[in-house]
Amino acid sequence: MTLLPYLVAGWLFLAGCYGLVTSRNLVHAVGCLTIAQSSTYVLLLAVGYRSGATAPVFGDLPVGAPVVDPVVQALTLTDIVVSATVTALLLALTLQIHKRHGTVDPDELRALRN
Amino acid sequence: MTALLVVALLLVALAGTLVVLAPGPSRQAVTLSVFGLALTVLFVVLQAPDVALSQLGVGTVVVPLMIMLTVQKTRRGR
Amino acid sequence: MSRRARLAMFAVVAAALGAALVLALLGLPRFGSAFHPYGDRAVAVAVGPQQTANVVGSVTFDQRGVDTLGEEFILFGSVIGALVLLRPAPEEREVGVRGAGRVMSSTGLAGYLLLPISLLVGGYIVAHGAVSPGGGFQGGVILASGWHLLYVAGRYAALRRLVPNKPLELAEAVGGAAFAAIGVAGIGVAGVFLVNLLPKGSLGSLLSAGTVPVLNGAVGVEVTSGVVLLLASFLDQAVVLRSIEEADE
Repeated sequence: MTLLPYLVAGWLFLAGCYGLVTSRNLVHAVGCLTIAQSSTYVLLLAVGYRSGATAPVFGDLPVGAPVVDPVVQALTLTDIVVSATVTALLLALTLQIHKRHGTVDPDELRALRN
Repeated sequence: MTALLVVALLLVALAGTLVVLAPGPSRQAVTLSVFGLALTVLFVVLQAPDVALSQLGVGTVVVPLMIMLTVQKTRRGR
Repeated sequence: MSRRARLAMFAVVAAALGAALVLALLGLPRFGSAFHPYGDRAVAVAVGPQQTANVVGSVTFDQRGVDTLGEEFILFGSVIGALVLLRPAPEEREVGVRGAGRVMSSTGLAGYLLLPISLLVGGYIVAHGAVSPGGGFQGGVILASGWHLLYVAGRYAALRRLVPNKPLELAEAVGGAAFAAIGVAGIGVAGVFLVNLLPKGSLGSLLSAGTVPVLNGAVGVEVTSGVVLLLASFLDQAVVLRSIEEADE
């Protein structure tokens, strides 16, 4: 049972990869990529979790109280921002491909090239 | 490991699968927004409010909106 | 490669990868364990000498500030890249800015009501990044998406007048440069890049944590202007720009 969070992370990664392989639309493929990337958020936060601890914010919390690992949370924060900017860049590329070739189907694009 | 955590984890796995299996990109943008919300709930349960806030803004608003707008533009060319 | 062959290949690779993942995951520390050596040290430093109540903020902007500077540059670079890719092509022209985005009056009202609230919340979250959950990134995203409620409210033309690209591009660059400048100032004062050189105050008060709130502000400016620019150029593509043939129809 304690393996469940890690398994969910692995599942999300494989599901995202499946979507990338089978997608018929580049915009759809970008969405699947964000799923694959979100597996890393789940994995990082699961590694840093501590049973019975609270969030690492010492507003009202007495110093010394058990808190979950703040380092992985900072890493996840970076991860989310990078994921969003990569998504924006890929969508902009997709729009350019659509303007140049009139399609966003990867198979049609390959046929156009040959 | 609380029941709440199990439910949040399974919800994320289910929503993620639905996003991948979404028939087209416009449907996907909506399910992606739901997935973002499920992740936000999971992050709150995992005691990560900073990450949850970030995910709420990026994952449920900005990314689905960009995908919606791209879909609208690419669909017009057909 | 045919679709079927691709799928078969994926099935083989995914099975192998899945098995390897499960083996690797079995070797991770048990979920919920009390063993977090890095986390414990980060907490001790944040609530001790650095006086930062939000430990995640301390890790992001103080203890691992160089990482965040790198992330800033990733953000900056990809916003620039997306803007370059999305600039109007010569064979495109603008149509119907005035009439674009006509909406129901109730939707418009909701947009107007939510606009000040989301701007206030975004500003609050940027300002309190060192003492409560949030900070420059979270607040910046909220500010930028709140700004686009004007589009929801049906005021696309007003939005375009209010948000000319030039000052936003300048603000994005200034935000990124301010972060780097504070880092360089650390070299001048203490010989260490991005050292926390301001007085730390006392744990939990608004003016505590030294440079953390300042860096939060710099990141807030950069993220807000970057995301506004991104969303605006995607909106332009979807709402106002048409290829010449389409515009003539």
